[in-house]
Amino acid sequence: MSQKKTDRREFLKRSAAVAGAVGLGAVKPALGQDHEHMPVAPEPGAFIRGSDEMTAYGSRSRFVDSVRIPHGGRESPDSFGLDFHIATPLQDSVGEITPSSLHYMGTTRGSFVPDIDPDEHRLMIHGMVDNPIVFSMEDLKRMPSVTRKHFIECAGNRSRSRHTTIQETHGMTSNAEWTGVLLSTVLKEAGVHADADWVVAEGVEEVKGASSIPMAKAMDDCLLCYGMNGEPVRPQQGFPLRLLAPGFEGIFNVKWLRRIKVVDEYYMTYNDFGHLTRDPVNAALGYQIGPKSVITYPSGGQQLPGAGFYEIGGLAWSGGGRVSRVEISTDGGRSWKDADIRGTAEPMAHTRFSFEWDWDGAECELQSRCIDEIGQIQPSRQQALDFWSTDGERATFVKGQDNSIQPWRVASDGGVHNAIS
Amino acid sequence: MRSAKQWIALKALRTLLLATILVAGVVSVKAQSPLYGVGRTPTENEIRLWDIAIGPKGEELPVGSGSVDMGSELYLSKGCAGCHGTLGNGGMAPRLIKRDAGPNADPWDYGRVLPIRSPYATTVWDFINRAMPLGAEGTLTADEVYSLTAYLFFLNDVVEDGAELNEKTLPQIQMPNRTNWTQVPDWLPGQPRLEGYPY
Repeated sequence: MSQKKTDRREFLKRSAAVAGAVGLGAVKPALGQDHEHMPVAPEPGAFIRGSDEMTAYGSRSRFVDSVRIPHGGRESPDSFGLDFHIATPLQDSVGEITPSSLHYMGTTRGSFVPDIDPDEHRLMIHGMVDNPIVFSMEDLKRMPSVTRKHFIECAGNRSRSRHTTIQETHGMTSNAEWTGVLLSTVLKEAGVHADADWVVAEGVEEVKGASSIPMAKAMDDCLLCYGMNGEPVRPQQGFPLRLLAPGFEGIFNVKWLRRIKVVDEYYMTYNDFGHLTRDPVNAALGYQIGPKSVITYPSGGQQLPGAGFYEIGGLAWSGGGRVSRVEISTDGGRSWKDADIRGTAEPMAHTRFSFEWDWDGAECELQSRCIDEIGQIQPSRQQALDFWSTDGERATFVKGQDNSIQPWRVASDGGVHNAIS
Repeated sequence: MRSAKQWIALKALRTLLLATILVAGVVSVKAQSPLYGVGRTPTENEIRLWDIAIGPKGEELPVGSGSVDMGSELYLSKGCAGCHGTLGNGGMAPRLIKRDAGPNADPWDYGRVLPIRSPYATTVWDFINRAMPLGAEGTLTADEVYSLTAYLFFLNDVVEDGAELNEKTLPQIQMPNRTNWTQVPDWLPGQPRLEGYPY
């Protein structure tokens, strides 16, 4: 018999003895799922032994196995070691912050993560400014800083009928606490010319990804981030410096940031070319993420043990500002009730909501919808498709970034399924 | 009712305020001086070396020239054909030659192909220069980038066979979509991304 099994048997014997001794037998187990049981510390052999590694940089329990997965039908890493798209396990999320290790990742065309020595890294602000400036990382950390929670979401984060879990339908968004210098602070320091309307932000990676960003956004709330969740920004997130354009599509949040060029026109970089359209409606949807929400529990692929009480939980966000309200439907969108906002809704940040629910055991469909502080309402998939349909042609695809409502069907056996058809 | 003295005092205050605003306006037109003085001023040479973002006007293009002929050789010798296909299609990497859309085709029917859909020739030069070839980015000379750009434009009937491009002629190329696209509307904080969306 293996050591593990021996430990388990010893543990059970001990538990039974303790349970008997204190008379726990009278406690009625909820839902009939659990057995008479009292948690006790395992035998010394099952302790997590102290190690230099655990002293220096702690790690999670071996019983926690929540991980990211490659996304978008392409391997990450591929055989060359390039990463493409990696999705966060929202089904396991609690609270509002995505742990840095689980934050989603996206790249322009697949990318090696550059291994940057922060002492060698520089940020240049130049172009239509009075005083071009080069900052070292040390210089930037001397500047006045802010710390804010913001989500990032990939423009391609959309639910499809073939997806079974929330990690596939919504895993290309995450939320972190970011620390850095407001872009407006360094732009004012450089002295932007009155006729400068755009900035081009550029990374140092092999494609040197660059995006044109409107000056109004640059001066509003863009951040030059060196901190993420209380430590330096992770390499996959742009170490040592990334741009955050709160509420804008993921691609604008330039990683490994080395340059901000102030210009007087849209620069039509390769990233900008990705947004090229002649449809003014589609063009208008190319920056700001719409109001969006998703129920993380219960969500696709999860199994409810039976009828009874559940706290429905989920995340809501908007590129337009704070989440002001979240509504829940347990009858497929026929009736709606307010969810509770947990914590504090912050601008362009994931906001946790919950809803107390007594499930009667019958098949039903759960939905959530987000209403933001500027009055935008998350559309149902039907409404979004109606918008994109023309007289002659029924739309089957939501153009732009898809922020439509995610329906989860709870089957009578407790299985939870993606109800997008 | 105000006394005359109060009225005069108010007028004086208003004049003073107006003057202050005017002076502030004049000052803001002059060069702004740094508030914190952190960081250093880059040299002209440093800015030129860093500045690989080529705008539609092509002002940042380096002096140089290239030809369709040179480009067709470089397309093979630099390995472009390996990923993009010998004739700009059929490889793993994005297509570089327009789709056949028949006579009098709408440029948007050629597909999402950079060297034909892009409104500006500068975007093509810029991307080859900054991001190609895969694994050897930044190794092409300016002349080589002009040549490869010329070859891709030749493949897409944007320039004639034998054409040469340089920093003056490249921004002059009239791409079929030069004006045939929509600018994103002015972005303002606290505004819906599209009024009335989705219903």
